[in-house]
This record gives sequence, structure tokens and C-alpha cells, in this order.
Amino acid sequence: MRISTFFYTLKQGIVNIFRNKWYSLASLATITTCLLMFGVFYSVVMNFQYIVKSAEEGVAVSVYFEEGISEDRIVEIGEMILKRDEVLKADYVSATEAWETFSKDYLGEYAEGYTENPLEDCANYQVYMKDVSRQQDLVTYIESIDGVREVMQSALTANTLSGMNKLIGYVSIAIILILLAVSTFLISNTVTIGISVRKEEISIMKYIGATDFFVRSPFVIEGMIIGAVGAAIPLCVMHVLYNKVIGFVVEKFSVLSELLNFLTVEQIFATLIPVSLILGIGIGFVGSFVTVRKHIRV
Amino acid sequence: MITLENVSKSYSTGAPALNNVSIQIDKGEFVFIVGDSGSGKSTFIRLLLRELLPTSGKIIVNGNDVAKLKRKQIPKFRRNIGVVFQDFRLLKDRNVYENVAFAQRVIQVSSKEIKKNVPSMLSIVGLAGKYKAKPRQLSGGEQQRVALARALVNNPPILLADEPTGNLDPKNSWEIMKLLEEINEKGTTVVVVTHNREIVNAMKKRVVTMNKGVIISDQKEGSYIDEN
Ligand SMILES: Nc1ncnc2c1ncn2[C@@H]1O[C@H](COP(=O)(O)OP(=O)(O)OP(=O)(O)O)[C@@H](O)[C@H]1O
Ligand SMILES: [Mg+2]
Repeated sequence: MRISTFFYTLKQGIVNIFRNKWYSLASLATITTCLLMFGVFYSVVMNFQYIVKSAEEGVAVSVYFEEGISEDRIVEIGEMILKRDEVLKADYVSATEAWETFSKDYLGEYAEGYTENPLEDCANYQVYMKDVSRQQDLVTYIESIDGVREVMQSALTANTLSGMNKLIGYVSIAIILILLAVSTFLISNTVTIGISVRKEEISIMKYIGATDFFVRSPFVIEGMIIGAVGAAIPLCVMHVLYNKVIGFVVEKFSVLSELLNFLTVEQIFATLIPVSLILGIGIGFVGSFVTVRKHIRV
Repeated sequence: MITLENVSKSYSTGAPALNNVSIQIDKGEFVFIVGDSGSGKSTFIRLLLRELLPTSGKIIVNGNDVAKLKRKQIPKFRRNIGVVFQDFRLLKDRNVYENVAFAQRVIQVSSKEIKKNVPSMLSIVGLAGKYKAKPRQLSGGEQQRVALARALVNNPPILLADEPTGNLDPKNSWEIMKLLEEINEKGTTVVVVTHNREIVNAMKKRVVTMNKGVIISDQKEGSYIDEN
């Protein structure tokens, strides 16, 4: 294609948009709404997953040893646990440390009265996992190791969290798919109106010997521009609002601030910008391309 | 240049619009097609443009068998045919210059070429001074000149005109016909469908008369025939 043809096509695409302002505006509004919802959704899901993930990382399996176990064996058991690839890390807590933590947390000054460590047998590994969904396997495995007395786990938390994560994933995919379908439909309608308004011009172009490509391009460009603008608007809105909303949530729920770890604007937008643009322009392209193929035949 | 062999065309309804028509038009000819309303003149033009396919028979235009053209080849094929209509068919939102330039953009002529070709074409049709006007600011005769400039700016070897003077007064009709004659003298094959008896009789060109889808007369230096 010639550069002048490209600019001509671009210009005609823009002219199309302004020629049927109201329809363009309507589809722009829909795409904007859809992608704004997508953006909000995406941020919520990502942050939730992030929070869940931080929480998951805190979920630990505690491994206690049989009485009179040797130090060497404890080290061996530690190595065996670390070899499992669902394991993130295993922290050794000696009996002394266990007692210190316990007494500090629960006994305070009353701890003075103890001369011996009542938690003599409470040395343990705190095992943190990369993938909580495999916790049950891990527990079974550790229980089978020689020298292990007991494995303590918080099964409920682990399963609930990973289940919730999946549910959120599915629901969001479903909603986003519906939104995309609606946007594509509206773009297609806008382009159809555009084509019917320009029926005469299209027929003239055909008499002159315009190729399908030349006749169709402005409409496809029109769809893609609407899609791109429809992606840019919600991105700007999100960018402005994101920190404000997070700030608000943190302030309102300061009690939970330990638990609530949020992603930064940059982390969210690193993915949100390309995905939104691809979605917007993609919707515009698909919606207009299909319509144009259907309606414009030489 | 244009050959029809036993061409028939039936629309889905009614009698055939063309019935077993054969005709040969050579390079550089000027031909009038006349006949009653509904005799098949426009159908003939549309067949030459490959807007319609014949129901039977063979049509050769510029060496192309139109029935054998693939969809992708149609645009290239049409670039060799200029066409004007009774209702001008200009782009109302664009000025005279853009309307003519449009034909060149469609076939992807460079901007530099367009800037050279369009003004020279406009001066041939006598509209050099009005290149900025919008179609609604022009008289019918002027609008048809713009349409003619658009049809000719790509230098097609064939020009088809379907009642080009149908909406014009006698003076403008004459001017348009004179332009068509000039263009023909420069080598373009010109086919003009018209109801204008006076002009046909005065110009002494080949006249093909149609009636109910059939060619009933084909005369060199002919005249307008009354059928009744
Ligand atoms: N699209 C169509 N569908 C069905 N019949 C058609 C169609 N176009 C033309 N016809 C019929 O074909 C016949 C020839 O029509 P055509 O337009 O070729 O006539 P014409 O000679 O150009 O007439 P006019 O001088 O009024 O323009 C007419 O009977 C007309 O009704
Ligand atoms: Mg007609």
C-alpha cells in the first residue's frame, strides 16, 4: 500500500466516525464501559489473588519429631522436605525458640517461674508452600518419613483459599466474555450504519474499480480507532482512581492492614495496558471486519 | 473492443431484458444506443461493467471474457472503463477537485501525479475555475462535467454513458455531447445511451436501436428511429 493511500484510508476512517457521531459515540461508550469493567475486575481479581497468595505463603505445615531424635536426623528430614518442589522453604524452630515465642506471646512475665523448658519436645519445621493445593500430598509424604511424630496443618484455610481463587477466575472469565460479545456486536452495528450511510459512495468506488481492500479499509480503521479510544479512556480513568480507591480501602479497613497487601499501579498497568489495548483494538477489528465482509462485496 | 455474441439476460421476474443480442464495437468508435424505456439499454451497460452476468452468451470487453473474470480481477477490469450516469453520482460532501481525485486515489495513484492530473482534466471539461465548489453549488451541466472528468482522469480506453444528458437542458446537453465527441476524437471508444433525438440526428454517428431486448437496427451515420 502507498503511504498516501494509508493516510487517505486513515482520514476516511476518522471521517466515518464523525459522520455518524451518535452511533460512534454509542459504541465508544459501550467499549469504554466494558473495558472499564474489565479493568476494575482485573484489578480486583489480581489484588485478591495477591492477597490470597500472601496469605497462602503464611500458611505453614508444622512438623514435629519423635522423642530423642538425633540432630543429624533432623537435618536429613529437613533436606527431604526441601526436595519436594511444592515446598517454598522450611524454617527450623528449636525447642528454645518455640518456648521463647510461646512464653512471650502468651505468658509474659509469668514465664519467669519456669526453670526448665516445658516444650522440650517441641522443636519443629515450619514448612511454607509454593502451591497450597498440594498440601495434602505433602502431609502424607512427611508423615511417612522416619522420625516424624506429628504433622500439624491448617487444611481448611489452604483448600478454601485455592478454591476461592479458582471460582473468582472462572466468574471473571465468564463476565469478560459476555462483555466482549456485547462490544463486538455494537461495533458491528455502528459499522453497518456507516456502510448504509455510504452505500452510494461505495457503489461509486466499485464503478471506478476500487479493490475490496480499498473499499473496506476505512470501515475497519473506523472500528479499530473506536476500539483504541474505547481502551484508552478507561485506562486513564483507572490510572487516576486506582491509588485513591486503594488508599480509601486501607483507611477504612485499617484493622486488616496486616492482611491487605495491594499491588502497585505499575504492577497492575504493566499487564492492563497491553491487554486492554489489544482487547479494544481487537474488538474493533473483528466487529468491523466481519461486518464489512458481509456487507461490501464487489 | 466490445463484442457480444448471442447474449441474453433475464432478471428473476418477467420477460428477458436482453434477448439474443450480438454486436461488435471497435476501438475508437462512437456509438449511440437508443430505444424505448425498458428496451434493455441500461442492462446492456451494466453487463459491460460486469455489474451483471449474462444469462447466456458471451461478452468480451477489452479482451476479457467478463463471465470468466474472477472476483479479484473485477476491480482491475473496471479501471479500463469510465462510466457516467444520468444522476451524476458525485460525492456530495467533497468538492470538485476531491471528486475527481477520488478516482485516482481508488487506483492508488501517487499524490504528486494526482496534483498534476486532476487540474488538467478539470480544464479539459471546462471547470478549472470551480475546483473548490461542492456539487450542490454547481448546475446540472457542471455536475455532469465533474462526473465526466472523474470517469476520464484514469485514461480508460472505453467510456460508457447511460443517459448523460437526461437531466440537462438542451444547451448543457449539447456541451456534454461535444465533450464526449472530443474525447472520442482522442481515441477513446465511447458508448452513449440517450433519448435525445435532436442530438442523435445532428451528430451523424453510429446508432444502435433496441426494442424489447432486441437490436432492431444498427446504422452507420444513423438517426433516431421512431418505433411506432
Ligand atoms: N434489477 C432488475 N430486476 C428486475 N427487472 C429489471 C431490473 N432492472 C431492469 N429490469 C427490467 O428489465 C427491462 C430492461 O430494463 P433497462 O433498465 O435495461 O431498460 P432501459 O432501456 O434502460 O430503460 P430506460 O430508458 O427507462 O432507462 C425492463 O423491463 C425492466 O423492468
Ligand atoms: Mg436505463
